[in-house]
Amino acid sequence: MNVQAKTSLFAVWLWIGLVLLLPFAIVLKISFATAQLSVPPYGPPLTGANYAALVGDGLYVRAYLGSLRIALVSTALTLLLGYPMAYAIARAPVRWRQILLLLVVLPFWTSFLVRIYAWIGLLRPTGLINLVLESLGVIAEPLRLLNTDGAVYLGIVYAYLPFMVLPLYARLEKLDPALLEAAADLGARPWSTFLKITLPLSRPGVIAGCLLVFIPTVGEFVIPELLGGPDTLMIGKVLWTEFFTNRNWPMSAAVAVILLAVLVLPIMWFQAAQKEEARA
Amino acid sequence: MIARVLLGVGLVFLYLPLLVVMGYSFNASRLVTVWTGFSTQWYGELFADRQILRAAGISFIVAVISASLATVLGTAAGYALARFGPFRGRSIFAGSLAVPLVMPEVITGLALLLLFVAAQSAMPWLPGRGIGTLIVAHASLTTAYVAVIVQARVSGMARDFEDAAADLGARPATVFVHITLPLIAPALVAGWLLAFVLSLDDLVIASFVSGPQSTTLPMVVFSSVRLGVSPKINALATILIALTFLMLAASAALARKRSK
Amino acid sequence: MSTVIRVDGIAKSYGEVRAVDHVSLEVGANECLALLGPSGCGKTTLLRLMAGLETPDAGTIAIDGADMTRTPPYGRPVNMMFQSYALFPHMTVADNVAFGLKQDRLAPSEVEARTKEALAAVELEALGARKPHQLSGGQRQRVALARCIAKRPKALLLDEPMAALDKHLRERTQLELLALRRRLGISFVVVTHDQDEAMTMADRIAVMDKGRILQIDTPRALYERPATQGVARFFGDINLWPSGLVVRPERIALSRASGDMEGVVIDIIYRGTATTYLVQTAELVVRVLRQNTGGDDDAQKGDKVFLSWPADAARMLSA
Repeated sequence: MNVQAKTSLFAVWLWIGLVLLLPFAIVLKISFATAQLSVPPYGPPLTGANYAALVGDGLYVRAYLGSLRIALVSTALTLLLGYPMAYAIARAPVRWRQILLLLVVLPFWTSFLVRIYAWIGLLRPTGLINLVLESLGVIAEPLRLLNTDGAVYLGIVYAYLPFMVLPLYARLEKLDPALLEAAADLGARPWSTFLKITLPLSRPGVIAGCLLVFIPTVGEFVIPELLGGPDTLMIGKVLWTEFFTNRNWPMSAAVAVILLAVLVLPIMWFQAAQKEEARA
Repeated sequence: MIARVLLGVGLVFLYLPLLVVMGYSFNASRLVTVWTGFSTQWYGELFADRQILRAAGISFIVAVISASLATVLGTAAGYALARFGPFRGRSIFAGSLAVPLVMPEVITGLALLLLFVAAQSAMPWLPGRGIGTLIVAHASLTTAYVAVIVQARVSGMARDFEDAAADLGARPATVFVHITLPLIAPALVAGWLLAFVLSLDDLVIASFVSGPQSTTLPMVVFSSVRLGVSPKINALATILIALTFLMLAASAALARKRSK
Repeated sequence: MSTVIRVDGIAKSYGEVRAVDHVSLEVGANECLALLGPSGCGKTTLLRLMAGLETPDAGTIAIDGADMTRTPPYGRPVNMMFQSYALFPHMTVADNVAFGLKQDRLAPSEVEARTKEALAAVELEALGARKPHQLSGGQRQRVALARCIAKRPKALLLDEPMAALDKHLRERTQLELLALRRRLGISFVVVTHDQDEAMTMADRIAVMDKGRILQIDTPRALYERPATQGVARFFGDINLWPSGLVVRPERIALSRASGDMEGVVIDIIYRGTATTYLVQTAELVVRVLRQNTGGDDDAQKGDKVFLSWPADAARMLSA
């Protein structure tokens, strides 16, 4: 390794240390501090009270569980829609594949906030969906669509769909069609070919896609805030409220530490999967 | 067959909301949903809104600078991962790079804010929260994305080109500038664009690390959207969507021209 | 014959694998040396060590009398033609050829003149403005060659130069390369896994296996006086008796009347110019190759025959 290589490596290491590792150490430290009226709004003594409150107060526990439930359900829904999409693209004629893939990824490049905002316009009581249903005579009263858990699921599937489709497509595209022909030749019907050949071989893509959706969704704030209702309890919203509304920085740090602890396993799983993928 | 139908459904699902927003931005009625006629008055009001214009300016500056910074750092990191082989600490290195890709934004935002506060109490001469902290926060996040893109490109590129240049007498710096950089240029452009868009788009991290004088566009949009749908925001959303698509079309055209 | 490249006790390991295991050899002026061996035998690593693209763990490399063991690739007066050709895709053919000359900080007029000269030497003057992807495989190979010879190196290092070419192009290109080498008067080191290619092109061949040189000699000597069974097997067919006796099939005479060894023909394989007889003897099935010159008394399957060979055709070889 030459001098330039060492210098650039050192610069990147420094950067990682400063903006990735150090901040998490600080979060951990402040999660044990006491909130007070000062600038910044925390100080000694060190205490475990924040964590005691996290465990003791049912609200926090329910928020963590609610986040996990919503993340799990919406990851499953994203997989249900994303898998057939990725499959159809991978089986499309070659000249169509890039275009179709581009169509799936394009919305990801537009503003996340705008995309969530767009759903408010569709879902609210005087929104387009209710309007159309009413004018068709399907419903008499506007349905309550916005500010429900259902709207949150919808928003997550909508916003995270490309993260599911891309790794799945990458796997399915590599699948040798001769394997499917061989299975058919050996007597397997289309469904059992899919279940016994395609699905197992696309497993790494399923894992990567699901984790890419699940991990950030657990801590999601914008979608439950804008599309969810008052009873949509997610931990990202709790952290936000503790920080911005209650100005309780140590409490929000403790919330973040536990959230991170919850996510450590999925994140490590994701990294192991990535490493395996890189080796293959 | 089922897959194809679902692909179609999925694509409609992806684009319909955007099209509806764009359509209603030209609606004359303030009531947003009821179509009363074609009008561009909301665009006029949007461009008269000083708060939005100022926020847009800040977002743009932050996005350009942080994307450029992230491209430099991300290229160094991605190149190191792809070319320097199994150096000591490589897996920690790769791991810490990948963390921001999946980390919930509320955690990243809080962690960076606490870092900035701690840095300032240790070094009081540092400027307070504002454009500077926004740039550092966004660059630290998007460096990871650039690194992943550059790493993929460099790993996919045979080492032969660089070896051949060295064999023909080029020193390492010349090899990097005249051979490596031109060959990975598409990845740099893609990485910069992604970093730019992510920075422009970020609400959560910006809310934590920005100061009172550095409200970004997504923050203004968010506080407005919380209050409900507004025709002005429809117009703004339409412009943002159109800009994104123009930018992507331009970079695609550029890539096509280069490959010829 | 003066020495252009002298490799002395060079070694290179990757982890546990000894890619090149204390190898010594010399490349003479105006000589073509082939490094021949199966894939993974260390021949390409040896070539890259000569080019300076790998740093040795031990040993020395001298080029043109100067020690260059630690000299980086850009300081060595040798050039390498890569198996992939490694033509820079973002530069025209002429820019590719000029690249190395510009690194030497030659005057622009000199760069242009020598670029033209090099392209003319491979008959590609007309294609200087093209990009590499607009060329055929054969043309690309010639550009790679021109890019090297424009630098007027002391020696040209060629890594599997024919690997990317169609079979019918190979033979012609081998002869063209030889003609070019005679014209330029520079040494070649050619890495190949193809013994025909090595025999066609090389003055001497170094047969390699597992990072070591098994034998280094002229093509004829390697075929007729191989040092080991491995080398013998690498250059054509052999009959190997358990005792270590080796006789090539074409040196064995087959007769129905008399001979040194008795056997029964169990199969006959007709191959156009020649016929192979499989003869079951006491110890093994012996292959006998007979040119189809006509008029021979053909043995039939099941016939009892006798085998014999001249004394100089038999060699006792170790494994």
